[in-house]
Amino acid sequence: MPEARLGGNDNSVPTLREEVEDFLYQEAALLDEWRLDEWLALFTVDARYVVPTTDLPEGDPKKELVFIDDDMVRLRARVERLKSRHGHREYPWSRTRRFITNVRVKRLEGHNIFVTSSFLVYRFRMGDTSPYVGWYEHRLKQIDRELKIHHKRTVLDMETLREHGAVSIIL
Amino acid sequence: MELKGLMIDNPKDGIFRVHRSAMTSPEILQMEQERVFNKCWLYLCHESEVENPGDYRRRNVAGRPLFVVRGSDGKVRVFLNTCTHRGALICRRDQGNTEVLQCFYHAWTFNNQGELIGVPDEAGYGKGFNRAEMGLKSPPRVDNYRGFIFVSFNPDVEDLVTYLAGARDYIDLIVDQAEEGMRMIPGSNRYFIKANWKLLVENSLDGYHVKPTHKTYFEYVTSLGVKTGAVQTAFSRPARALGNGHAVEEHDGVRGRPIARWSPLFGEETKEEIARIRARLVEKFGEQRTRLMADISRNLLVYPNLIIIDSIDITVRIFWPITPELMEVTAWQLAPKEEKRELLARRLDNFLTFHGPGGFATPDDVEAIESCQAGYKAEGVEWSELSRGMHREAIAEDELQLRAFWRQWYGYMLGLGKVDTKDPVFRERSSVAS
Repeated sequence: MPEARLGGNDNSVPTLREEVEDFLYQEAALLDEWRLDEWLALFTVDARYVVPTTDLPEGDPKKELVFIDDDMVRLRARVERLKSRHGHREYPWSRTRRFITNVRVKRLEGHNIFVTSSFLVYRFRMGDTSPYVGWYEHRLKQIDRELKIHHKRTVLDMETLREHGAVSIIL
Repeated sequence: MELKGLMIDNPKDGIFRVHRSAMTSPEILQMEQERVFNKCWLYLCHESEVENPGDYRRRNVAGRPLFVVRGSDGKVRVFLNTCTHRGALICRRDQGNTEVLQCFYHAWTFNNQGELIGVPDEAGYGKGFNRAEMGLKSPPRVDNYRGFIFVSFNPDVEDLVTYLAGARDYIDLIVDQAEEGMRMIPGSNRYFIKANWKLLVENSLDGYHVKPTHKTYFEYVTSLGVKTGAVQTAFSRPARALGNGHAVEEHDGVRGRPIARWSPLFGEETKEEIARIRARLVEKFGEQRTRLMADISRNLLVYPNLIIIDSIDITVRIFWPITPELMEVTAWQLAPKEEKRELLARRLDNFLTFHGPGGFATPDDVEAIESCQAGYKAEGVEWSELSRGMHREAIAEDELQLRAFWRQWYGYMLGLGKVDTKDPVFRERSSVAS
């Protein structure tokens, strides 16, 4: 990845954080461009995607109510739904722009890289502007020299989905 | 504002229409506040949310800030969330546990039974000041039906059980599913919809939209192994008006129910537990009632704005108008206290697939009713058409249950109080029977 090396340190080898940042930016670009199948390919086969409710950000999907708790079967179905003209909340698709900052590699455990970041996702549709604000926890895995998402947790800072009405896009 | 003529109820020709200004007019919203929300019983919370002494929850009901707290004496009380001194909010967190509530403005302190127990420099008040009279104030009426706590701002409202009318049986069918009582699962879905609140009443009871609107949901469950035939016939059960504007739409669940109909989708490991639950229900309530509880799903309206969806999961949904074109929705998940982890996981899993704002169906309902609200701006079409099934014994895919709501709403708005909310075909039958 020559782009990564451009931002590297003195000997032009990207730091882990730089690699992780590039990965997160790439993920954001795939979502903003609605390249959902390519986005899905970023996940491991046993991955999970979780979005807790706004009133219980630490919510455990096994025993508490969350907004989204997808294994790969449901996540694939979510992508199919978003690609369908019967996914009415996103047909036609909204325009989105994702800003990802404050990227921190929190710890390494075996092949797992725990990363947190802040996000601001603007969504524009039908005359409405609805920004989602919060932070991500990505648990990434290095598989065959490629980073993959093993677990993604999207924690929202808003008190309610006041402007949004739903979590209809992938966050 | 001329209210007469907002609704056309013409059984002879099988025509039922509602004037769309009912969804757009600020004057009508103001009247609804006085004539509907200030007159009815309104859902506040479930008693399991204030399980222990000192537990409190903050809630807005019909625009009024309230909180509910279980006092150190074990009694649940509801208070207007305003200091009796100068008005500041007393309870400033959504939930918690406390023995005392102190107003931060002048440090007046109340105990969790609402008594004023501390006033800084009380000597500054004259002899007319009576601390005992300055406790927190409650809404005029508070009552609890089987764990569901309701309030009313109408001191003369009929008792809650009478008010619930035929909806009571359906609440019983839900609550009786639990062996040790129900509890509200932590976590709530809070979202706004840019539409009139009555459109969510309609949508929540409407079996007609389910197949066309929620195509992607049914595609998903079909991909998991649910037979498409089950989906096609699911909504052919009768719909019912339950009196006082309450209504129910029943349907056959297509994915089994944790209580208590096993489906291969739940996995072999849950088979025995579900069979055990079913046997317990049969023993306690008999075969017929067990079938009602465990095989059939239902969407219940407790007039005016509480929806209980009793299906694989039990969704409790309440919504309040903010403006004629904006409502605030909160949804929770109810489950038996004793429910085992595996079954709870499947219950939650269904909620997330269908009902949640991140699910495969609710976002499309939000889109649908926002789309209706946006369409009203065209103005040239004055009426919404709700006649479906008026000439026959209506089923879940008809609109009888919506008409029941609207008839009662119209009755309240015109100041008539209770009206007969049934379709005429059923009115005639009950008069023959009597």
